[in-house]
Amino acid sequence: MRITGKTWKYRDDVNTDEIIPARYLNTIDLNELAKHCMEDIDKDFIKKISKGDIIVAGKNFGCGSSREHAPLCIKASGISCVIAKSFARIFYRNAINTGLPILESPDAVSGIETGDNLTIDFLTGEIYNKRTDKTYKAKPFPPFMQEIISSGGLMGWVKKQ
Amino acid sequence: MGMTITEKILAAHAKKKKVEPGELIIANIDIALGNDITAPLAIQEFESLGLKKVFNPGRICLVPDHFTPNKDIKSAEQVKILRDFAKKYKIKNYFEIGQMGVEHALLPEKGIVCPGDLIIGADSHTCTYGALGAFSTGVGSTDLASVMAIGKLWFKVPESIKFVYKGKLRKWVSGKDLILYTIGLIGVDGALYQSMEFTGPVIEKLSMDNRFSMANMAIEAGAKNGIFIPDDITLEYIKNRVQRPYKFYNSDKDAKYSKIHEIDVNNIEPQVAFPHLPENAKGVSKAGKISLDQVVIGSCTNGRMEDLRIAAKILKNRKVSSNLRLIVIPATQNIYMQAMKEGLIEIFINAGAAVSTPTCGPCLGGHMGILAKGEKALATTNRNFVGRMGSPESEVYLAGPAIAAASAILGRISSPEDLT
Ligand code: SF4
Repeated sequence: MRITGKTWKYRDDVNTDEIIPARYLNTIDLNELAKHCMEDIDKDFIKKISKGDIIVAGKNFGCGSSREHAPLCIKASGISCVIAKSFARIFYRNAINTGLPILESPDAVSGIETGDNLTIDFLTGEIYNKRTDKTYKAKPFPPFMQEIISSGGLMGWVKKQ
Repeated sequence: MGMTITEKILAAHAKKKKVEPGELIIANIDIALGNDITAPLAIQEFESLGLKKVFNPGRICLVPDHFTPNKDIKSAEQVKILRDFAKKYKIKNYFEIGQMGVEHALLPEKGIVCPGDLIIGADSHTCTYGALGAFSTGVGSTDLASVMAIGKLWFKVPESIKFVYKGKLRKWVSGKDLILYTIGLIGVDGALYQSMEFTGPVIEKLSMDNRFSMANMAIEAGAKNGIFIPDDITLEYIKNRVQRPYKFYNSDKDAKYSKIHEIDVNNIEPQVAFPHLPENAKGVSKAGKISLDQVVIGSCTNGRMEDLRIAAKILKNRKVSSNLRLIVIPATQNIYMQAMKEGLIEIFINAGAAVSTPTCGPCLGGHMGILAKGEKALATTNRNFVGRMGSPESEVYLAGPAIAAASAILGRISSPEDLT
């Protein structure tokens, strides 16, 4: 599967309170949550992004709470993928369980600026940056996680058990 | 080669003799927890499976604590999802307001979580139960849904980092100060994907309430879990609470650690973590002059009996600064009652504090003490991220109960030593 999209770059340690502030968590309506996606780190985020855009961030993306609302609202906002230097553990788990594509690649992140156009191949983990004409390779998912993903996420895998 | 306590608990629950860091396992879960934010999503996922029952109604806990007593109509609807689900599937560990408490103070107090358990919770501070010598970690709502269905979950065995605390604790230094200092040392991703094992002569003498505060904040260093070796202090705590078989595990002498940190506590003074990350910890003497608008004493980190006792000791016969609001929130109904019997609630009210029924409330900027733009708060909670307690333009400083109480009196960040 290949996608192409424009990037929005953020700093290290973007936390789940910035991705979806707790004051909006009295609902599980994803369209409602998506309206506030990334609000506390970039209040115009939802106005400026287009469907298929890509979030790029430094280390420890998604640190903080276990709220699955974070990957869910990023997905619902139309973002196609998050590339980071590293992910916080629970966010990583939640992204896989809910089917938000994420890639870990410190090199790619260092070479990307906001507005770059990327082409990503999820099967190989290859990230191509058009502006710099460079290709990076992200860590592929371990086989066990590929099994979860190919079952259509964790619930699909549970059904098989 | 030997195993760490974390590896031993994971191996036992995966029915294996041995596990190694990096290994993927499927393990049986003893206790699974959800709250009014995370459980509704999990319940939606669970219902989509079309199952008639949950894996074990006695091993699931639902605690509506974040926005309760329901702060608005939407929150009331969320809690109703939990209540209806608990009725339908006969889940007895559903805690209605009036009996409830902040989940991570409540579960140990009720004897629901035991040493040697494998516990997951759809809440990042589920790592708190590591204080009892359990493996306990935060997961997402989909993970919780899958555990409610089959009672198992996948894990990657983490590497362990050992922390050895030596020396003599200074006056007013608590478990909260040790963990803030430690996070300051290694950073908010210093233990990413790893286990933090807290050991050493200082830890061996540390009370359960202090151990809970420390394990609670392991996630703030990115850790998968934080864990203590259970001992006589653990035994004393669980004695009249735990009703089912439990097991004390210990790390082998030749267990492998990715890193060992030796920490001399002699030079650690009470800590304050500056906005907007828990790793921005400094000794209180280096805090400078920072005036405050609000102080909060409570939460799953520091809303327990010992915390309230320390705060009351400092607030007794003194008044809260007229420039500031003090909010005290006992973490559970039992703690509330005990604090009343000991006269602590009277001390707080006499000092000019607002005392609330147990709730997470202001800790996550939910309700009961939201900050306006430009306001500063000091809290005994565990996170000081942007907007955590209200306006994205407000600030939160983290500290233990002694600093919180002294700061409430003087209206600025201060130590009990600054009081005359
Ligand atoms: S008190 Fe704060 S950190 Fe603890 S469970 Fe509640 S919201 Fe989370």
